[in-house]
Amino acid sequence: MSESMINKLHTMLQQKEISCRELTNAYIEAAQRDNESLNAYVTLTPETALETAEKVDRKIASGEKIGLLEGIPMTLKDNISTENIRTTCCSKILEDYVPIYDATVWKLLKAQNGVLIGKTNMDEFAMGSSCETSYFGGAKNPHNTGHVAGGSSGGVASAVGGNIAVYGLGSDTGGSIRQPASFCGIVGLKPTYGAVSRYGLIAYASSFDQIGPITTSVEDTAIVYDAISEYDEMDSTSQGRKGAPVCDTLKNDIKGMKIGIAREYLDGVRDDVRQAVTQAAEVYKSLGAEIVYFDLPALKYALPVYYILACAEASSNLGRYDGIRYGYKAESYTDVNDMIKKTRSTGFGDEVKKRILLGTYVLSSGYYDAYYKKAQNLRGTIVKAFKNAFTVCDVILAPTVPMTAFENGHAVSDPVETYLTDICTVPVNIAGLPGVSVPCGYNAKGMPIGMQLIGDNFCEGKILNAAWQYENAADIYRAADFGVKL
Amino acid sequence: MKYELVAGFETHVELSTNTKIFCSCTTQFGGEPNTHCCPVCIGLPGTLPRLNKRVVEYAVRAGLATNCEIAEISKMDRKNYCYPDLPKAYQISQFDMPLCNHGYIELSNGRKIRILRIHIEEDAGKLVHSRGSTLVDYNRGGVPLIEIVSEPDIRSVEEAKEYVEKLQLIMRYIGVSDCKMQEGSMRCDVNISVRPVGSEKLGTRTEIKNMNSISFIAKAMEYEFNRQVDLIESGEKVVQETLRYDDVTNTTSGMRGKEDANDYRYFRDPDLVTINVPKERVEEIAATLPELPFAKLDRYVEELGIPEKDAALLVKYRKVAEFFEKAIEGVKTPKTASNFIIGQIFGTVENEAEKEAFDIKVTPESLNELIKLIDSGKIRMNMAKSTLDKMLETGKKPSELLSDSDMAGLDENTLNELCAQAVAANPKAVDDYKNGKEKAIKSIVGFVMKNSRGKADAVAAENKIKEIING
Repeated sequence: MSESMINKLHTMLQQKEISCRELTNAYIEAAQRDNESLNAYVTLTPETALETAEKVDRKIASGEKIGLLEGIPMTLKDNISTENIRTTCCSKILEDYVPIYDATVWKLLKAQNGVLIGKTNMDEFAMGSSCETSYFGGAKNPHNTGHVAGGSSGGVASAVGGNIAVYGLGSDTGGSIRQPASFCGIVGLKPTYGAVSRYGLIAYASSFDQIGPITTSVEDTAIVYDAISEYDEMDSTSQGRKGAPVCDTLKNDIKGMKIGIAREYLDGVRDDVRQAVTQAAEVYKSLGAEIVYFDLPALKYALPVYYILACAEASSNLGRYDGIRYGYKAESYTDVNDMIKKTRSTGFGDEVKKRILLGTYVLSSGYYDAYYKKAQNLRGTIVKAFKNAFTVCDVILAPTVPMTAFENGHAVSDPVETYLTDICTVPVNIAGLPGVSVPCGYNAKGMPIGMQLIGDNFCEGKILNAAWQYENAADIYRAADFGVKL
Repeated sequence: MKYELVAGFETHVELSTNTKIFCSCTTQFGGEPNTHCCPVCIGLPGTLPRLNKRVVEYAVRAGLATNCEIAEISKMDRKNYCYPDLPKAYQISQFDMPLCNHGYIELSNGRKIRILRIHIEEDAGKLVHSRGSTLVDYNRGGVPLIEIVSEPDIRSVEEAKEYVEKLQLIMRYIGVSDCKMQEGSMRCDVNISVRPVGSEKLGTRTEIKNMNSISFIAKAMEYEFNRQVDLIESGEKVVQETLRYDDVTNTTSGMRGKEDANDYRYFRDPDLVTINVPKERVEEIAATLPELPFAKLDRYVEELGIPEKDAALLVKYRKVAEFFEKAIEGVKTPKTASNFIIGQIFGTVENEAEKEAFDIKVTPESLNELIKLIDSGKIRMNMAKSTLDKMLETGKKPSELLSDSDMAGLDENTLNELCAQAVAANPKAVDDYKNGKEKAIKSIVGFVMKNSRGKADAVAAENKIKEIING
């Protein structure tokens, strides 16, 4: 049964069953030990973690009440800026880059004495679906280290799935929170675009990127989401959470809730995955929800639209890595242009270079109308299609990924097939909608299967409510054989 | 064959907001390198821009003052190019939906120079070359700019000069920029072509980049006009290119480098939201615009009777015009105030910059007081002049500098007495006058003026003296 780890540890801390120092040490030790198998962390931060732990212990000792997230060991994807802690995007070009400011989400969690165990692995600049484009090598799946943790937030999913962090924040541009959560058998929420501040998140594709929680239970996701979904004046696209905290409505009855299934989401999905999702629909029926089938033909545009627009934005966002102000700089060069050229040629990995080239191409004069502009128009079509869908249902149920976690090395050997596996996750980013991935079964080899609940804008409360009810009824979660055992 | 010059301007004007366009760093000119910077304006990974509302307001002011339509909806775009002074490798600017469209500036010859658009954007940093290496100063990065793009409506160097001067004057008046060309807060790119007089077809144009002085603009345009005419006359073709003007050799030459054949790959900046300026807001801003210099000039000439040449000098500096307008409140002779300002007061103000600042000791209220004393006949012009000198020196008010007796005027008996004394004391001048030297009377009048400490009415004194001499 998937219980709230955050609630459980919070009670233990508050009732002095364990000190924050002990808890933190347990996670640091487990992280140091298990990272050899999982490669989840790229930077460990035991000193700052223990410093925070001491602070929390003093607070508890003085009889003060602590907040839900206070003293809870957690992690951040390595594209979330942390002052004085290196933030690499798992790229050679930022290998030694140390930010001078905190991302807003980290500021919020730091203010609640979140205990940062370390920064986690990811595909380079969040470009990838297996975490294997990381300059530091890929993070491994805690359910079977012969498989990838997924990507791009593979490190967070591996750490949380392997219980060397209680929760983590990832970022999701085309599925980078939901896909690794699905691969690792845990919960991951991609919030509505604008719900969580992007300030300090190193941009991949600005109109798609969102930060969100990865946890082992729906309730933990709700707790963390409530903590980070604040309006931030530093991000012009930020709006913050709308309405009541999602925790308030998490356990509401879902009798009569209309759960929509779009046939297109089930096309080309592997049998074991389709079966698990279909079974989940049965669980919903038993909970009194109504299943509604509908068509979403616009989905066929999703992949090209995503890759054209995301790469276009990336080509611009990544222009700043020129070796002049920070980060890696080529060792020898003849002049400034040569320096920039060499820095970028050797500083970026192949996947990043591929996407920069693609993005530059689709924005070039002569090609702009044929690619970028057309994709932008189709984005509008997809947004409308989802708007229509939400007139016939409350939430949409879909697979998160058409398959389970790839074996190590597979994604790199077949990049096009790997791109295609993003089919179920990218539509949500294109339309800016919230989507949560929840474990819904295991295949014959014991690899986790995830399902996705998609809601209308700012309806995180609704999809998490549906997710919690399913989780509670289906009882799917299995802890992996790693990490802290309390 | 006779040729005609055809020119259009792209003018960058730095806005004088206190803070930068996308962060709260100061826009102050100068400062130690890289001290007016923050994570946002040096484009550190993960930072995001926030549009300064004041920048939009200032640009709307500029648009209204140049007769533009203000777009209710506009957006920011990224102009991508790679150069070390541009820390994000893109400049946030406006591409296809600028804030202001379709305005004009009217020249004194009655021709209207159409303005195609005005858009807002961020400035770049600055490269500093020293001892074989190049350093970058990002203080200027993120300083707000407007770019004012004119149609190719300019037909002569004179028109070009007037266009730039007028733009400068308008921007200063409406308080959106100091337009200091030497500090780079106003810079022009000039697009120039030539064609046979009478032809409607535009010739091939060249663009002279980054001009920062009106006299250089004039010289460069003259040079470029002649160069293009020579090329055509000798059967060659003008090549469309970007030029740099060298003020030492007074020549233009082709510029190679960052601006050449660039594909900027413009696209909407996803980090910034749509800019919405509702009509009501435009009206609010319009209501705060001051009277523009050209309207002022007409009013000064027509309603106040100021000669046009003088009026032009008064409106050239907003602070001077404001000073003048306060100084003439309730006076009978505005022209007296104008004469004082252009003559005596300007005499103490050294240069353009000081006139622009117009930081003088005399307040408009005390000049007003002085003129009212003249109007009411309490003091004479020459006493007023000497009083104004003292006012300029000490900053004191006329009432603090003039005694009651100074302002008492001169009764007839005293005048008679002084005139009699003057005649008695200047026998030679009296003789000269009697012998037909009309002018000799002036020195006798002068004696009266001196002994009355300027209070005497020179005309009355002269009449009285003639009366005494002629018996």
